[in-house]
Amino acid sequence: MTTEAHADRLVWPDDAEAAERPRRRWLPFSPWHLVLFPLALIMLLPLVWMIVTSLQTQAESLRFPPVLVPGSLQLDNYPNALRSAPFGRWFLNTFIVTTVVVVSNLLLCSLAGYAFARIRFFGREATFILLLATLMVPFQVVMIPTFLIVKKLGLFDSLPALIAPNLVNAFGIFMLRQFFRTLPVELEEAARIDGASRLGVLFKIVLPLSLPALATLAVIQFMWTWNDFLWPLIAVFSQRNFTLQLGLTVFQGSHDVFWPLIMAGNVMSMIPMLLVFFAAQRYFVRGIATTGLKG
Amino acid sequence: MAEVRFDRVTKLFDSSVAAVDDLSLTVADGEFLILVGPSGCGKTTALRMVAGLEKVTSGRIAIDGRIINDVSPRDRDIAMVFQNYALYPHMTVLRNLAFGLRQRKVQAGEIDRRVREVSEMLGLDDLLGRRPAQLSGGQRQRVAMGRALVREPRAFLLDEPLSNLDAKLRVQMRAELKRLHQHLGVTTIYVTHDQVEAMTLGDRIAVLSGGKLQQLGPPQEVYDHPANVFVAGFIGSPPMNLLRATAVSGTITAGDLQLDIPGVADGEVVVGIRPEALRPAGDGLPSVPFTIDVVEPLGDEIVVHGSVAGRPAGGELEEQIPLSGSQPARATITARFDPQLRPKVGEQVPLRISPDAVHVFDPATGEALR
Repeated sequence: MTTEAHADRLVWPDDAEAAERPRRRWLPFSPWHLVLFPLALIMLLPLVWMIVTSLQTQAESLRFPPVLVPGSLQLDNYPNALRSAPFGRWFLNTFIVTTVVVVSNLLLCSLAGYAFARIRFFGREATFILLLATLMVPFQVVMIPTFLIVKKLGLFDSLPALIAPNLVNAFGIFMLRQFFRTLPVELEEAARIDGASRLGVLFKIVLPLSLPALATLAVIQFMWTWNDFLWPLIAVFSQRNFTLQLGLTVFQGSHDVFWPLIMAGNVMSMIPMLLVFFAAQRYFVRGIATTGLKG
Repeated sequence: MAEVRFDRVTKLFDSSVAAVDDLSLTVADGEFLILVGPSGCGKTTALRMVAGLEKVTSGRIAIDGRIINDVSPRDRDIAMVFQNYALYPHMTVLRNLAFGLRQRKVQAGEIDRRVREVSEMLGLDDLLGRRPAQLSGGQRQRVAMGRALVREPRAFLLDEPLSNLDAKLRVQMRAELKRLHQHLGVTTIYVTHDQVEAMTLGDRIAVLSGGKLQQLGPPQEVYDHPANVFVAGFIGSPPMNLLRATAVSGTITAGDLQLDIPGVADGEVVVGIRPEALRPAGDGLPSVPFTIDVVEPLGDEIVVHGSVAGRPAGGELEEQIPLSGSQPARATITARFDPQLRPKVGEQVPLRISPDAVHVFDPATGEALR
């Protein structure tokens, strides 16, 4: 029996709503989409342009107005880009730096965030406010002092110089602390009575329940580190220590602005980030929703 | 199994509010002790101090003679069941049950044996693979009990474990808890605000109010001989009727009510009468006229709310019932009638009161005088 056959006898709340909908709907989609769709296109345009340029000839890329449909697909741009600069090395550098930074942030921000969320100690609130205050200071302000410290530590122009200052950050501590506070404290009390230590409670109860927040932090930190340009520009000097972002820029200067190759490099540098984002997207969105924080 | 002793224990929150005030009591080895009182009376705080979840401000708590004020919760060898069960949401029932044993590095074979035994005892066999979210309220409650039982601790601490269950399940689990305790004989401290649970489960009950211990004793004794007005009004459902009265040379007068109670000094008193001590009087016996307002048939008995001439005692009643100035003061009282009597609203019934069933309290201190 079809639903129509039912409709004349019994009207369920859902059916009633469905029956009303065609009257209100003068478009096959929400009117909001009329605004959202053009906005999305504007957002996507640079991305599309980048991909298109990466497949063009040098001549096409310099034409004005821009050519949006290339005459032929110059897939060779990709291997050419890889050959023309030590992209492999830079990719590896970026990968090492990003992985270490993300892992250490997850660990250290968890520890600090948990302490701020649950352990009562003298000066907790004051310390936390101080920590938050550091979030308000732009990087450009601490750039030089950080550089001097790194140099004194003898790390200048090395991968550790890129890693050390970013091992932990205030935002991650803040975000995880906020999330940990939303978990029912009885779970932790039960675990303590069950014989778990403080660290046991954190690793066996709190963190498994905080996967959305951890995934969110991981993605944010991954994006920040992978895309960071300013600090690598200052902290490393030799090409063998470059990250991708730094390398791409240098690449830009050393050639006669060979746009297709630069864009091919950019597209390649973007892929890992997209993969991470899509892998964690489900958690990521939930994490933002539950912590009430913007990425 | 162990004896738990509170020795002049005080807990201050924010250095001024005493949640628990100078509490001294001893829970004997194997005893089922109930901490009962209205919300905010400090009963849960007292329990949490035994668990080690709250610090003791002053005084000492000892388990088997060993002072545990500064012992961490994990080293106290006690198990606690929380009001909201606090099951680990990311673990299956099996892992919830085994968690405490794994933390204590119990051997795998032993864990297996104990989990099997407990899940059999509580009927959890079919649920071991499920997560807490997939369980009903009653099942969660049983898992929470099981998690405490597998530990084979020296003492159980139960914080209102039945309050999230529906009425029918609560009665079932109440009996099951009693059976478990009779079977295992482990020292148990049970916090509740429900005086039926207090009466039915406890070997002894400790009535708390405002952080202070009001009375400690076996349920029947507390019911029959409440130490003060608070206990009299709190224990018993429906609660004891409390009336202001005057005592003159052995006769107590409260409105129309006159009782010969020798041995009470002259002056103002509060009399307390249990609802079951009020019976419709036969002809010719001394009685008080009672006007029926509300009739609540319960099947086996009928709870009748009405009023008699007199002044109510006990703060809540006085505030709730506005007395109109022109009429003589009336006090609301509750009686329990036989269902055959079929009382009707608006009817006036003569009530008989046996002087033996009357409690007399000092209106100033609230202490029982008789």
